Amino acid sequence: MFLKHPYEKNQVMFFDSASIAIADIFAAIRRYNLVGMLGWQDVLQRYRRSTLGPFWLTISMGVMIGTIGAVFSQIFKASLEEFLPFLALGIILWSFSLSLITDGCNGFIAAEGIIKQLPIPLFVHILRLAWRNVLILGHNLIIFPLVLVSVGKPVSWLALISVAGFVLLVINLVWIALFLSVFCARYRDMPQIVGSVLQVFFYLTPIMWMPAMLPERASLFLLDLNPFYHFLEIVRAPLLGQLPSQLNWIVSLGLGVVGWIVVLVFYGRYKCRVAYWL
Amino acid sequence: MDEMVSIAFDQATVDFPIYNADARSLKQRLIRVATGGQIGANEHGRVVIRALEDLTFTFYDGDRVGLIGHNGAGKSTLLRLLSGVYEPTSGSRKVTGEIASLIDISLGIDPEATGRENIYLRGGLLGLKRKEIDEQIDEITDFSELGDFMDMPLRTYSTGMQLRLAFAVSTIVRPQILLMDEWLSVGDAVFQEKAEKRLNNLVQTTNILVIASHSRELVSRVCNRLIWLEHGRVKMDGAPADVAPHYFGG
Repeated sequence: MFLKHPYEKNQVMFFDSASIAIADIFAAIRRYNLVGMLGWQDVLQRYRRSTLGPFWLTISMGVMIGTIGAVFSQIFKASLEEFLPFLALGIILWSFSLSLITDGCNGFIAAEGIIKQLPIPLFVHILRLAWRNVLILGHNLIIFPLVLVSVGKPVSWLALISVAGFVLLVINLVWIALFLSVFCARYRDMPQIVGSVLQVFFYLTPIMWMPAMLPERASLFLLDLNPFYHFLEIVRAPLLGQLPSQLNWIVSLGLGVVGWIVVLVFYGRYKCRVAYWL
Repeated sequence: MDEMVSIAFDQATVDFPIYNADARSLKQRLIRVATGGQIGANEHGRVVIRALEDLTFTFYDGDRVGLIGHNGAGKSTLLRLLSGVYEPTSGSRKVTGEIASLIDISLGIDPEATGRENIYLRGGLLGLKRKEIDEQIDEITDFSELGDFMDMPLRTYSTGMQLRLAFAVSTIVRPQILLMDEWLSVGDAVFQEKAEKRLNNLVQTTNILVIASHSRELVSRVCNRLIWLEHGRVKMDGAPADVAPHYFGG
């Protein structure tokens, strides 16, 4: 093949990689039945023969939210009506994101048995872990209406916007999970590093503290440059009766687009190596 | 319009990188031992096991190919290369047609789930749609003769019963290319007879069969082409009557 310009070869390489990735992703989406079954089975497996099952997670989360809410609202001198719903949503959504990303690190490693025996599109394993985390989120979500009822705060129609925000959040989390699945299959230290980094972000992100409590100088660093702040706000703010800011949307959308483009090329290039790395 | 089912390999090679082995502990030259692939080091000093080397062949519609060779010759790796689990590290692999791999029929089975649930799980992994399984679930249940155990968790089954279920589900696929690692033989004497019939039916409907085996009787009976692998390379490739005497002797 005669190339007119050396630059062209790289272009072809990127498009080839991206198309391999896209083919795999669409093949995985067509196997949605299998994804649904495997994800559901993952959740069931943890809780067979236990009475309350996945609701144990919900109860422990509820207890933690109640305790932190009661104590910290006193420390911050914030009203419970304002602080508790904010805290509850922050913890529920953070726990969902954290779990999806951490599971993402082990996405292919955990599915080693299947990957080395059956030629199933690899992206199925990512969809599966996303689905099981959504199922668990469904269980934990019931804490929020309970909290609203207990503090007597109503929900406005703005809450519907949080659905769009949630979709955008998941789109972002999935590219992160896909990237980490591939990367961690090769470099087994990464899951530990990711875990530590996320721990740090938990404190840097407004979950246990509200942005209004911050002095002006710190807000740029802790809020605007923190992608997790934006990811959380697009889901949390509408549910609390506020609109997310333009910056929240721009960052989330921007990261979604750029993230996916980069990951598509990366995944397409290294997908064929994953079975060799496991 | 149907494209012809075929498998075409051109100089396909499979190199496994070993990340926690020390290249300095290897002797300089490539080691040739009685079994196993070729161990060596690549240009980066990384230990590599060359499981398959320069495989070039084409399988056509109607081929019943037997893979024979010593332990570690590369038969299972070749089956996985055929199924698409591994992409060749160099060379090319071109497969036209739907593939089903019956290499590990118990893969994906959940001991805590019921027999019925496991049918859907196993079937889904094999690529069957829910509707296809719905249509055949009664037939599977009857064939496996498990009765009320179908609604019991799989961990209550004996090993033989579990294999029966796995076999019954795995044999409802109708692929164009079928891959097997040894002939499936499950159940007690009575069951084995109907299992034989069912497997023969399945094999007859496929366009290409590739089976790895150590049994001379099997490959002579079932296959029209034998490939003898040794240390990952093709040593002989031809009709069973030609290849079998050289490998098995006499």
